[in-house]
Amino acid sequence: MRFLAAIFRHPSGRIGATIVVLYLVVAALGALGLTPHNALKQVIIDRLKPPNGTYWFGTDLLGRDTFSRLMLGIGQSFVVAFSSVAIATVAGTLIGLFAAWLGKLWDGVLMRIMDVFLAFPAILLALLVVAIEGPGTITSITAIAIVYTPIFARVVRAPALSLKAREFVEAARTFGSSAGYILTRHLLLNLVAPLTVQITLALAWALLTEAGLSFLGLGTQPPAPSLGVMLSDSKSLMTHAPWLMLAPGLTIMVGILGFNLTGDALRDILDPRSAPRSA
Amino acid sequence: MSALLSVSDLHVGFGRTPAADEVVTGVSFTLEAGKTLAIVGESGSGKSVTALSVNRLVDFGGGRITAGSIALTRGDGSVLDVTKADERTLTTVRGRDIGMIFQEPMTSLNPVMTIGAQIAEAFELNRGLDRHAARSAAREALERVRIPDAGSRLGYYPNQLSGGMRQRVMIAMALASNPRLLIADEPTTALDVTVQAQIMGLLAELRDELGMGMIFITHDIGLVAGIADDVLVMQAGIAVEQGPIDRVLDAPQHDYTKHLLNAVPHFRAGQAARKDGRGDAAAPVVAVENLVVRFPAARGIFGGSGEVHAVDGVDFTLKPGETLGIVGESGSGKSTTARAILDLVKITRGEIAIAAGRGKRPVQMVFQDPFGSLNPRLKVDALLAEPAIANGQRVDAALRDRMKALIARVGLPEDALGRYPHQFSGGQRQRLCIARALMLNPEVVVLDEAVSALDVSVQAQVLDLLIDLQRQVGLSYLFISHDMAVIERIAHRIAVMYAGQIVEIGDAASVLSSPQHSYTRRLIAAVPAIERRRQRFTVDMTQVPSLVKPVGYEPPPARWREIGPDHRVREEAA
Repeated sequence: MRFLAAIFRHPSGRIGATIVVLYLVVAALGALGLTPHNALKQVIIDRLKPPNGTYWFGTDLLGRDTFSRLMLGIGQSFVVAFSSVAIATVAGTLIGLFAAWLGKLWDGVLMRIMDVFLAFPAILLALLVVAIEGPGTITSITAIAIVYTPIFARVVRAPALSLKAREFVEAARTFGSSAGYILTRHLLLNLVAPLTVQITLALAWALLTEAGLSFLGLGTQPPAPSLGVMLSDSKSLMTHAPWLMLAPGLTIMVGILGFNLTGDALRDILDPRSAPRSA
Repeated sequence: MSALLSVSDLHVGFGRTPAADEVVTGVSFTLEAGKTLAIVGESGSGKSVTALSVNRLVDFGGGRITAGSIALTRGDGSVLDVTKADERTLTTVRGRDIGMIFQEPMTSLNPVMTIGAQIAEAFELNRGLDRHAARSAAREALERVRIPDAGSRLGYYPNQLSGGMRQRVMIAMALASNPRLLIADEPTTALDVTVQAQIMGLLAELRDELGMGMIFITHDIGLVAGIADDVLVMQAGIAVEQGPIDRVLDAPQHDYTKHLLNAVPHFRAGQAARKDGRGDAAAPVVAVENLVVRFPAARGIFGGSGEVHAVDGVDFTLKPGETLGIVGESGSGKSTTARAILDLVKITRGEIAIAAGRGKRPVQMVFQDPFGSLNPRLKVDALLAEPAIANGQRVDAALRDRMKALIARVGLPEDALGRYPHQFSGGQRQRLCIARALMLNPEVVVLDEAVSALDVSVQAQVLDLLIDLQRQVGLSYLFISHDMAVIERIAHRIAVMYAGQIVEIGDAASVLSSPQHSYTRRLIAAVPAIERRRQRFTVDMTQVPSLVKPVGYEPPPARWREIGPDHRVREEAA
């Protein structure tokens, strides 16, 4: 709780965290079905209505309510972003930790494999996964997780290497602590701060990548609403119904901004130099 | 003759409201050409801020001079009030009238430029010399700071020089413009004692040659005796005492000055050595025989491979209840020896026999850096429990009682268990480290520069604690330090290490009072002491022999000369 309070005290953290919380609430309402209209129901007489009192963000070509679809789309994007980043965090942390801890050949082999993955653009990897699994939510999650795992492995490995050489780890060896104890208590615990920052920033990018994949038709499949699908649908109607493009576009932008601002705030808060000191 | 520098009622503040957040309040002093003023104080006393105000470098650290005046007599005889000068004038003052040397010579030099280019740059900027003239001036400057073979050293990069050499280069750069005033901010703190003596001697010689005034900032009141004419003692931003050196050191008026003088461990050439509780003829708890530790060293891209002979044939024994002090300078192999005993480095050859003891791990260690050796994310109870957990004990009431007892024993409050390391001062953290080392009830504690990072007054308290614990618990210490005065207070026996080998070993009083090896003598002569007033250190250029040897090289076998019942010295090559 103190931690949340600290985020809300930070100027950019306040804005960022408000956005993230707002999105979470909206996504939760959408998941519970508490949308103003049925997001999938086509009301043909109300097609392509501009924003008004009934349809806050207007309707699309098939007469579906844009706002309701956005609510479900945010939920969809969050599911993909959070699960892919969660997988990437666990896998990347494990790989980075073991590479740093085992050193020598293991370090070289593991990190070179990570470098190979890092060399592929996300979309290309996604195409590969699509070729294997076919398009869908699972495909997006798998592709994004594979893209972010090497980033987390690197973020963990570098500080883990320097922590490994710190005196408190050397001290732990002198009284015979087990490798497991040193890895969890001395390395992992000190990696929480950089990991938290990296997770927030990765979420922002995962959000964008998810939208990109769905836009290309590789991720979430219609009719299920998703921000990328909505953007893709608005392409040909840009001049007639600009709200169809603006609504998901701005939603993505503000969401990324929210995660980035939160990440910046976390970076400041978790910096040990800014930690309060008392005698 | 008018004073070179006259500071009156100087106030310096920081932050948004400098007048309210003053760190220097009302400091006044005058300095004449050819004289040295030493500003002494512990960390945070405002001594550096005072000196940095003189060339207004304090502005760049966010400081503001809120009141007072600083009158500097410039080269052309005009008097400038530095507090009111504009940045443009100050730029010329900083280069030409005031030179400055900092504590850490490595970070003050540009690592990707040769030292010749860096010194030449100083000449080009300050004296407007052309490239060629600047280059030859740089060579002269290096000769002036007594760097041998100056011509070829110009092409060296900073990392190719030793710490002492780098500090000489910094001095050469500071002197490039023939400054009338030299500010030296802890110039020797990062250096070994014998190197420190060299730099002090050099500074004194140069001051006399060039007739410049010098402000010497230090936390070590013992060091000022050799160089200063006047002393200014600072505490919490106030000059608590100032005056001629003899008066301040011999008849201190202020309590803080007295405290500083008492807290500094005085080196007394063996007279202060311990005479208590020497372990008698009992079997040793640690016996080290012919210990050799070598690391592979790559010598350049095309050079053949070599080995660093970090420790080269070291023998000693440590008896129950005894302290063996190992002294030596950085790179002498003393820390590697300690690490070898704790199995933290792989030994190349030799035997380390450790007697079975009370616990599973009879040897424990306390490290130099009390900030680095405690995991910042764990609370004290978790830190103390770790050795017990590592050796299969369960965290139960009995263990908590033991932690509480140890915390109390090392002089920390009981609620310390629930706090994080950063909530303690350096001295308290080192007490924590000692408590942690005692958790496993060891026979031997290895203390690697365990008090070096502490302020002098704290240092004395921790030493007292260690001696108390030794008597009560019956511990043996392997105490590693570069500080002769500290070693004298705690050691029963002393081993002097030089270039990976023990050159002299024996009873502390005997080794310190009649040192036999030339290196031991040099080390002892270099110890700064309040008693050695205005002592001139002769500038000699003895270089430590390289530790990198071709693979397969074996040093000639040591021949020892017995001096007394427990005192022997390695024969030196003629």
